[in-house]
Amino acid sequence: MTSATPSLGPVRAVSEGPSPGPSAFAEIRQETLALTRRLFVQLARRPSTLVAGILQPLIWLVLFGALFANAPAGLLPGGGSYGRFLGAGVIVFTAFSAALNAGLPLMFDREFGFLNRLLVAPLRSRSSIVLASVLYITSLSLVQSLAIMVTAALLGYGWPGATGLLVVLVTLLLLVFAVTALSLGLAFALPGHIELIAVIFVANLPLLFASTALAPISFMPAWLGWLAALNPLTFAIEPIRAAYGGTFDLANVVLNAPYGDVTAATCLGILAALAVGLFLAIRPLLDRKLT
Amino acid sequence: MIELQHLSKRYGGGSKQAPVQALDDLCLSVPEGSLYGLLGPNGAGKTTALRILCTLLAPDTGSVSVAGVDGLSDPRAIRRLLGYVAQEVAIDKILAGRELLALRGDLYHLGAADRHRRLVELIDLLGMDAWIDRRCGTYSGGMRRRLDLAAGLLHRPRLLVLDEPTVGLDIESRAAIWQVLQQLRDQGTTILLSSHYLEEVDALADRLAILEAGRVIAEGTPEALKDALGGDRVTLRVREFSDAAEAARVQDLLQGCEGVRQVVVNRSQGYSLNLVVQGGDVIERLRRQLTEAALPVFALAQSRPSLDDVYLQATGRTLMDAELSVAGLRDPKVERKQSMR
Repeated sequence: MTSATPSLGPVRAVSEGPSPGPSAFAEIRQETLALTRRLFVQLARRPSTLVAGILQPLIWLVLFGALFANAPAGLLPGGGSYGRFLGAGVIVFTAFSAALNAGLPLMFDREFGFLNRLLVAPLRSRSSIVLASVLYITSLSLVQSLAIMVTAALLGYGWPGATGLLVVLVTLLLLVFAVTALSLGLAFALPGHIELIAVIFVANLPLLFASTALAPISFMPAWLGWLAALNPLTFAIEPIRAAYGGTFDLANVVLNAPYGDVTAATCLGILAALAVGLFLAIRPLLDRKLT
Repeated sequence: MIELQHLSKRYGGGSKQAPVQALDDLCLSVPEGSLYGLLGPNGAGKTTALRILCTLLAPDTGSVSVAGVDGLSDPRAIRRLLGYVAQEVAIDKILAGRELLALRGDLYHLGAADRHRRLVELIDLLGMDAWIDRRCGTYSGGMRRRLDLAAGLLHRPRLLVLDEPTVGLDIESRAAIWQVLQQLRDQGTTILLSSHYLEEVDALADRLAILEAGRVIAEGTPEALKDALGGDRVTLRVREFSDAAEAARVQDLLQGCEGVRQVVVNRSQGYSLNLVVQGGDVIERLRRQLTEAALPVFALAQSRPSLDDVYLQATGRTLMDAELSVAGLRDPKVERKQSMR
């Protein structure tokens, strides 16, 4: 029998407030798992998000791959095929798009009053609500990215080795955390889902085009090259591209930016800083909205 | 059980809309084990008061205490103590009712066995067995309300707070909810419910407070409030549609009649007359007096004072008129925004 039996007197209920560590952890785990499970049940019963999230990048991969299949050899740095070049871009784009949608379920819960129901419950920590969203969207975007990786391999665009796979995973995780933080922040800052969808729509493609997903910086006009070299997507794409390229070393230069050469370690460091920075940035907002 | 002291809350005041004083020094005290009604027209502040009690909203000033726990300094303890059934039915349409209840059970940290036992009990209590495994999106309003009530009861709260629990419901669901509420009260749960249905509060509540413009204007048991008015109510129509002159004549005639304490002409009801009377055979005397003056009687009805009369006495208008006067003024979009986090 747990906390709130009718026989529970008010005094006991008060003293239960700040109870010790292990039970707090168990409670946070219970509420986080329950909230995460809900998101997955929704996904299982309405899988269109999952399907669309795989289908869209797949179309990019096939169409763009075909469009530039006959690009002259030597156009790309390193001289590989365009399909192989494109693969890394589309993998990152997949994870990015999925994570950008992280705020949508939360926004709907805000709008339909379901969030208020969650907030009336004596949650041990209201971070559980945010944590559940992060767990859900991270798994979803990794599954989608994996589906794209498998397809790319079947199309003959290669497969990273064991180390490479680890690099891909870490890079995607960092990117997904950063973008999820951004999206969750927007879900609380914007007035409704129409506005959130509009922002997602507007942010999505320009960020893709202004990155090295579809073409190398050497191929771009100077101004676009600068944009691409500052775009967080680029910092995710280039380490993954290097991981697909074979021998991977954190100290290797993976990006020749207009401002200088960037190593894989720097790319990952920037992504990590971005993820941490964005979570810190949205924290006051979450605190305000969730307390 | 509940002590709300000097609560004030003001909404808006931005560039677009004028500020609304939702609560204005509201004080309320709900005794343990009672079924307490908050009665008032839309916009009187009922929902705001309940949302503050349930820790969803912070008051501008004032204090909240439930069972001795200070709601502003220890909101989590309050959340443990109470179950809240909100006005807007917010359910996840994709989950089945049982899954939704299980989720709520986890949010209240029930153990697996206890959670299961509570689900079985509540599904039985609220008669949800036939449809609890269907998705919530297919439920009628009554089903949703019952599911919502079950969710509010999962953790066996000592205090149940319901915001307009039967608004827009079919008679069967309404009766089912009333029955459960009475049963819970008899078992010792304190219940606070808001309503703008007079008969609901009259039938259910042990005590009630009438809210008007964010403050309590009358408080007590329904019987005491009605008795305090004194006398019975009589509605008299000499013709189906009378006129001002005739109404004034009848008013003059009856005002002097023994046992008649007050005669008011109700213009909006075709110049009918509303009387407050006291004494055993007043009606007979009225009829005699009218016959002697050669006046016909189209309708004559006597009734005990109702809560509407209590409201009328305190505010100078009926609850219905109060509802109508705010009907066009409230903006549901703005109110939804206010309730959004």
